[in-house]
Amino acid sequence: MERVKKIQSGDVRTASRLIRHLEDGMQEARSMMKHLFPLTGHSHVIGITGSPGAGKSTLVDGLVEAFRKKDKTVGVLAVDPTSPFTGGAILGDRIRMQRHAEDTGVFIRSLATRGALGGLAKAVGDAIHIMDVMGKDIVLVETVGTGQQEVDIINHSHTVIVVLIPGMGDEIQAIKAGILEIADIFIINKADREGSSKLRREIMAMLDMAPASAFPAGWRPPILKCDNAFEPEGFTKSLYEVSQTIEGHYQHLVNHGLLGSRVHRKTAMELNEAIRCSVLEPVLSALAATGELDAMIDRLMKKETDPYTLAEEIARRYLKVCS
Amino acid sequence: MAEKKIRVMVAKPGLDGHDRGARVLARCFRDAGFEVIYTGCHQTPEQIASAAIQEDVDVVGLSCLSGAHRYLFPAVVEQLKERGGDDIAVVGGGIIPEQDFKLLYDAGLKAIFVPGATLDGIVDWFKTNIKTRD
Amino acid sequence: MYFAKELLDSSSKMRTKWEDEVKKVIAKTPDQKPRWSTVSDLEIRRLYGPEDIKDMDFEKDIGYPGQFPYLRGNQPTGYRGKYWTFRMFAGMGDAKTTNERWHMLLKEGQTGLSTAFDFPTLMGYDSDCPKARGECGKCGVAIDTLEDFMQLVEGIPMDKVTTSMTINPPATALWAMYCAAAEIRGIPLTKIGGTIQNDMLKEFIAQKTLMCPPDASVRLISDTVEFGTKYVPRWNTISISGYHIREAGATAVQELAFTLRDGMEYVEDVIRRKGLDVDEFAPRLSFFFNSHSDFFEEIAKLRAARRIWAKAMRDRYKSKDERSWWMRFHTQTAGCSLTAQQPYNNVVRTATQALAAVLGGTQSLHTNSLDEVLCLPSDHAVQIALRTQQIIAEETGAANTIDPLAGSYFVEALTNEMEEKAWEYIHKIDEMGGMVAAIEKGFPQLEIADAAYLYQRQIDSGEKIMIGINKYVSDEATPIPLIEIDDSVEAQQIERLQAVRRKRDGKAVKKALDDIKNACKKGDNVMPYCIEAVKSLASVQEICDVYREVYGEYRDPGLY
Repeated sequence: MERVKKIQSGDVRTASRLIRHLEDGMQEARSMMKHLFPLTGHSHVIGITGSPGAGKSTLVDGLVEAFRKKDKTVGVLAVDPTSPFTGGAILGDRIRMQRHAEDTGVFIRSLATRGALGGLAKAVGDAIHIMDVMGKDIVLVETVGTGQQEVDIINHSHTVIVVLIPGMGDEIQAIKAGILEIADIFIINKADREGSSKLRREIMAMLDMAPASAFPAGWRPPILKCDNAFEPEGFTKSLYEVSQTIEGHYQHLVNHGLLGSRVHRKTAMELNEAIRCSVLEPVLSALAATGELDAMIDRLMKKETDPYTLAEEIARRYLKVCS
Repeated sequence: MAEKKIRVMVAKPGLDGHDRGARVLARCFRDAGFEVIYTGCHQTPEQIASAAIQEDVDVVGLSCLSGAHRYLFPAVVEQLKERGGDDIAVVGGGIIPEQDFKLLYDAGLKAIFVPGATLDGIVDWFKTNIKTRD
Repeated sequence: MYFAKELLDSSSKMRTKWEDEVKKVIAKTPDQKPRWSTVSDLEIRRLYGPEDIKDMDFEKDIGYPGQFPYLRGNQPTGYRGKYWTFRMFAGMGDAKTTNERWHMLLKEGQTGLSTAFDFPTLMGYDSDCPKARGECGKCGVAIDTLEDFMQLVEGIPMDKVTTSMTINPPATALWAMYCAAAEIRGIPLTKIGGTIQNDMLKEFIAQKTLMCPPDASVRLISDTVEFGTKYVPRWNTISISGYHIREAGATAVQELAFTLRDGMEYVEDVIRRKGLDVDEFAPRLSFFFNSHSDFFEEIAKLRAARRIWAKAMRDRYKSKDERSWWMRFHTQTAGCSLTAQQPYNNVVRTATQALAAVLGGTQSLHTNSLDEVLCLPSDHAVQIALRTQQIIAEETGAANTIDPLAGSYFVEALTNEMEEKAWEYIHKIDEMGGMVAAIEKGFPQLEIADAAYLYQRQIDSGEKIMIGINKYVSDEATPIPLIEIDDSVEAQQIERLQAVRRKRDGKAVKKALDDIKNACKKGDNVMPYCIEAVKSLASVQEICDVYREVYGEYRDPGLY
């Protein structure tokens, strides 16, 4: 497979095109993934989530710089929302990272959610694999940041960073959205703003309430402060510290044999997704193509039958073992 | 379930910061159902070309109001070629006098839009002329 | 109450009768469109009458020219003592070419100079910087060192003609060149007059000529204000600009509100950082507005601006000197209203926009040339634009009497409405913690982006009209003669710059730049050090690189 070799050698054109085929749901691309999957497992995947305006993209930009200074190659996957009305999307995270555009050790790719819930795009998992096969040491995944249930990121990352900023009522939002529980590291961004100490205290209090089992092998999520990005010196220093902590977390996973549990979670999710793609989607497509799906919906509207019975009928038809 | 979306990059090369047109177009492309990557202002041709390759876009739309399009637009085409992106279409817009059209078309631009071009007209041009990959 | 009760009573009766008439007529002949609004989408009523301004207080809200709240102008004599300054923005190619254009304009009756710099100069890069490729001399004059600048002002009576320089991040460097040029010519700093635009807040909001982060940018601006107050008393050290905000797609109200709130931010910063009394520097603050196509909206905007500023200075900042209460402003007709199609129509647009600026009481005016939507203006096009101002001044009678539209039900009501809406924005920004905080949140940027998008959609749908674009379109091309900036300017300018670098005393330059760096770090005023640096032939970029190093570089966050 020439394309596999190309991706292994880090060819951006081939890799980005393959990601695109996957986003568009092209069958042929999925079979490519069969060849790539065995080659994965090198990258440290870091998820970055937090509400809009928390400064995620600027932080990612700073982290890219910090890791590049340590001579690590970096991939970035930045996810932005697809408009539910038009199907279009403006992918603007890249703006903050454009200074790395010419650095061949950095590959930045923007993805639109295309209707996926959970703060990521459907193709993210495969895109991570592709960057992994390209040999990126670090893969940074930036979630949409709608403040909604952005917990999918935990299924894809070794390290999850939750970014918060003071004075936005953020803490409450974050608790509601359930993103505090997924953090391996907290970052209080724009920490020069009023309310930063209060925010820190609130996170501490929340962590204090958590049972010991919430901290695998004693990793209590550290709370780091990041200076305003407009103060270049302080910001760079903060980011170095963040990168150190990220590496510390990975080391912790390795030392305590926890990397396996993360990978297990990720793998289980991938299998789930792959089954959905290979089993459910063809069935739905077939039903839609013959018009049967619409006919069934009509019957349901008239209360001639119920969804459960219909589902069982379809299962009997397509899945011999299940019936 | 396959759906091929048009991916567009909207970029502002050079030092000019007049981004009203670029930003309005970015929104307009989104509303037309495209995926739009916006680079922000003050980009070099090299940065734009690298980003276009990384993002695997079908077309790069350049906006320049400073008069430097004579150098900047052809430079983007050149840089794309150098990076193996010959198949990525380049179009341009801004304060561009007609006397420069030939130079730009000869350099490989596929279309030029000047003040007064309507959003719908531009979107139509894209839908007709930009072929997303096979 | 502005009107006697009897008048309002009888007006009310007559209004009812008129309204009945309207209903009858509409039943037979419906209006051409359901909704009538300004170019900024502010809804306008069919008719305005006494009831629309009945709550005004003549003394508090209208008054007389030269009296608070200055709604009717700062000058008691209006335009009779002196017309507004005819100030055409000009700059192209190298310093020599621009100097020739300046002399031509002065000969044709222009009364003030205004400098357009090219993009490398505007952004603080030298002509030989890789980022500057292709830009040199294209949309203004290229200035790298004092040698270029001396050629720019060659033969210009610097003690008589005032010069405006549209320069923002590198304002300290270019103003230092003007000061140094005057000193070399033997003209004391107390004799020179002019304006540097030096308004960074609107750059973050709208125009994106960016260098350092907002706080550091405002700090450099405060340095110039302090230096001007002490040593260059005839100089306007900030021209707080709404022009670019409007060009970026803002509504008239947004232009008004954001510009005035920017002004307040500068006032607060100079007081806080420099400890100056407001009346020591406020009289030298000037403003710069756009005059767009909606005739009455623009007049109302300019009148409202004067009244808001007077109130803010007196009541918000407790200023005592009435010269601080005056809003003095330059106006430029709207570049974004011009069309490449049927370009001669632009002459008409510019004329009505200029008339609105004059009826709004501008003190200085630039009229766009018909070809500016295509390239830099040709001599002939500039002459027509300048003549437009001269015709308004000397033929139309518009300057005969002061604020001729005062008391118009419509104009006063619209003025009030714009003021009210502007204060709403100003208070909202106050609540966010001021303009710098609002900019960091992206608030004004996104408000403008929304307005720009709405307007473009209204043009596309035909709800708003641009002649030649979406109505009365002609397929026939109207060729007009255009000027072209030769690509060879760049090579020549680079050669010139490198010759200067070879001949100057490298050690002296390094010391001068180190002195600026130390001043930045210690918080001393950078202006005296900048003057020394430009005299040693340090370049614009070399000075700006010091700022970038100390304060960091700001990159466009690209909000959309």
